[in-house]
Amino acid sequence: MSNALAIEGLSKSFGRHEVLTGIDLTVAEHEVVALIGASGSGKSTLLRCINLLEPIDAGRIILGGEEITRPPNVNAVRRRIGIVFQSYNLFPHMSVLRNVTLAPCDVLGLSRGEAEQRATSLLERFGLADKRGEYPDRLSGGQQQRVAVVRALAMQPELMLFDEVTSALDPELIAEVLEVIRELAAGGMTMILATHEMGFARDIADKVCFLDGGRILEQGPPEEIFTSPREQRTQQFLQRIIEAKRL
Amino acid sequence: MVIALASTVVFFAVVSVAITHAPGWPQVRSEFFNWHEFRSTFPEIAHAFRLNIKIFSIAEVFILVFALFLAVLRSLPGPVFFPLRALAIVYADLFRGIPTILVIAMLGFGAPALGLSYVPKSVIFWGIVSLVLIYSAYVSEVYRAGIESIHPSQEAAARSLGLSRWQTLRRVILPQAVRRVIPPLLNDFIGLQKDTALVGTLGAVEAFQQSQIDANATFNFTAYLAAAVLFVAMTIPLARFTDWLILRDRRRRQGGGATL
Repeated sequence: MSNALAIEGLSKSFGRHEVLTGIDLTVAEHEVVALIGASGSGKSTLLRCINLLEPIDAGRIILGGEEITRPPNVNAVRRRIGIVFQSYNLFPHMSVLRNVTLAPCDVLGLSRGEAEQRATSLLERFGLADKRGEYPDRLSGGQQQRVAVVRALAMQPELMLFDEVTSALDPELIAEVLEVIRELAAGGMTMILATHEMGFARDIADKVCFLDGGRILEQGPPEEIFTSPREQRTQQFLQRIIEAKRL
Repeated sequence: MVIALASTVVFFAVVSVAITHAPGWPQVRSEFFNWHEFRSTFPEIAHAFRLNIKIFSIAEVFILVFALFLAVLRSLPGPVFFPLRALAIVYADLFRGIPTILVIAMLGFGAPALGLSYVPKSVIFWGIVSLVLIYSAYVSEVYRAGIESIHPSQEAAARSLGLSRWQTLRRVILPQAVRRVIPPLLNDFIGLQKDTALVGTLGAVEAFQQSQIDANATFNFTAYLAAAVLFVAMTIPLARFTDWLILRDRRRRQGGGATL
């Protein structure tokens, strides 16, 4: 299996504070990788580094066999990687449909008609067809987050990044968003998700990485990480999660 | 509610009795509130007021565009753009610092005096230029406040979709920023409408200049009142229109009819 993404020795500091240290990670095509770890362990920063929203200090990022660490055109790279944020970040001044068609029109050069067709079929697929004319403020958090997923998918990315996409949601709305991710995984989408939903990570991921203090302390198949973690830090982290009844 | 009403009535009763019983009131009334003078001067002043509307309308368009350009210059990131940012800052400091009437006097009297064939001699032209220069400085600050009020996550979302910096600004940041600053923008435009009267100091016969001519001819100041009425009559519809725009935008985004 060829690698969709490879990260070699990635390091990143904010000022004097090193948030990521020597990250090595490979993601095969169609693979689903879950990043787990406490808040501040570097999960979100790693995702933001991958789609070049944060410049990195050292290391290499290789997307689909092509190095993208310092590309001549960042926009050309970003359109190949979709990201969904914790706080949805929909464009509040645009309808749902326009949110989804903006980038396909402006970045990929699709005609308005083509983009709307693509958007409509995606919205239908995720049960949002009747919301196409609505503005984001009038949708529930779960609906907004699903629109955000659709907006990223409309660019037909080769890799999707999910940055704690259920953390801002009310508990009863989490399931609908996880369902969307589950469906994408079933469809063979290559994905990296930073998540606090351990049960979901265990369920859906092919590989789980435990981040601690900006390092990947341990990685492996979910059964291994969740049932017999080698590192003491991983054990402690999972113990706390179990005590909080989140696993 | 009742107390507020009662106290308002009492307050205005006392003030109006005090004014109308002042020893100079009959003279003031005939010189400032003379209905006959008002009727005879109003048409002329209203005619001259068309020039104010013209100056305002032309200046407004240029200010909106030029100020936006300045605000965008100032929001450019990184050390490479430092000179442009510095230029925009110096510009805003300079033109907010000089009294409007001085800029109008310097350009209105100075520029035509150069005697260059390709420089327009019209004082109205230079009056408009002065107003554009000054108000762009104010309005660019308003725009900038709007741009800075948009959360960085909006830019991150747009850039992550592959939109360029410019596309992000044009499609995502500015549309939201401009909506947010419509009320303060209107405030500046009310100021602009009033300051069109300053172009009269160059000799252009706009409403203020016309009312001055009338006042000097009749020794009666009611003409000023006529001009004042016209200025107020122009700003009130603008204020209501802006309220309506804000309301419509809020309704469309948050509730009410989906047809809006």
